[in-house]
Amino acid sequence: MTVAIEALISFFLVVAGLFGLVGSFGLIKLENTIQRLHAPTKATTVGVGGVLIASMLYFLLVKGSVSFHELLITLFLFLTAPISANFIAKTYIQGNIRAHELPGTECDYGWSVYDDPPKRIEDEE
Amino acid sequence: MIEAALIFAFGCFGLGLLFNLWRIATGPDSADRILALDTMVINIIALLILYGIKQGTTIYYEASMLVAMVGFVSTVAYCRFVLRGDIIE
Amino acid sequence: MLKRLFPHPVLSIVLTLVWLALVNKVTVGNLILGGVLGVFVPMFTGPYWPRRAKVGGPFRVIEYLLIVLWDILVANVEVALIVMFKRNENIRSHWITVPLELTSPEAITVLAGTITMTPGTVSTMLAADGGSILVHCLHTDDPDEVRDTIKSRYEWRLKEIFQ
Repeated sequence: MTVAIEALISFFLVVAGLFGLVGSFGLIKLENTIQRLHAPTKATTVGVGGVLIASMLYFLLVKGSVSFHELLITLFLFLTAPISANFIAKTYIQGNIRAHELPGTECDYGWSVYDDPPKRIEDEE
Repeated sequence: MIEAALIFAFGCFGLGLLFNLWRIATGPDSADRILALDTMVINIIALLILYGIKQGTTIYYEASMLVAMVGFVSTVAYCRFVLRGDIIE
Repeated sequence: MLKRLFPHPVLSIVLTLVWLALVNKVTVGNLILGGVLGVFVPMFTGPYWPRRAKVGGPFRVIEYLLIVLWDILVANVEVALIVMFKRNENIRSHWITVPLELTSPEAITVLAGTITMTPGTVSTMLAADGGSILVHCLHTDDPDEVRDTIKSRYEWRLKEIFQ
């Protein structure tokens, strides 16, 4: 039984390590910045998530104490990672890409980096 | 078995940190450097939790939580500075 | 009366749970302290949330979360294979415009977060009026298919949740 538990925890640790490594490796291997943006989302989701699951299992099954602290870190990372990725993408687009290199918006206004938003009625009140 | 897996994971995330450092040093654009710093923060969170498992204590969760928060805020502040030239307008 | 005491019931529950997770122990004292936070924080911050999104159907929310988690796992393996074993010349990245039918800011935020968290696609920015979203796809042969997947798999479900 203990062998199975150890194997399970080790499995999560190894998978998490591999994905974390691939995420950082993608950062140096891929060619342009916007492609590199894809790499760290892997490290965040499966890399850190796997380590946290392994840690929860370890303290639950080996140490015998319930710990659900880790869920909070996972939640926090899942909430903040898209926001920082979005910010970085915007920073890159503003500095390096002109409007005509991107596809059109298929609606009345252009992309938000280049165009001002329409005036909203609620803002004027 | 857990010991060996822990050492493997330490090696993976440590190597990841070196890759990120390479990207910070060579990155052609400031967006690359911000991205590499953000990834570095994530790797450090993973390393802190791994260290907690190795030591068998839960003290390191507070540390990794704080690192996660500070890392997020610093990424946003850095991006905002590059985007608008000001952090709090 | 009940409305004034609990202006935001979901926020109250979330705050109590987060407090319990922070102290990492479930005792009566912690439960009471978390409950106090859960009652007073929404009461004092209520005036700052004049327009509030309506979230309907707890089962739909859970179904959506499970689908997203599963997609994250599958897409992670796919992207890891692309990063490790595909030569840089063979990676064909595309910009994709996804026109949105969602209108509430909360729903668009959740959709953008979902697109970014499933590796292989990153949402980069919105149109100025929020009418469409610009997605960057790491590797695909058929950009239209990715757009249709996003619309049918995530946006349709979000429309059901935030209506």
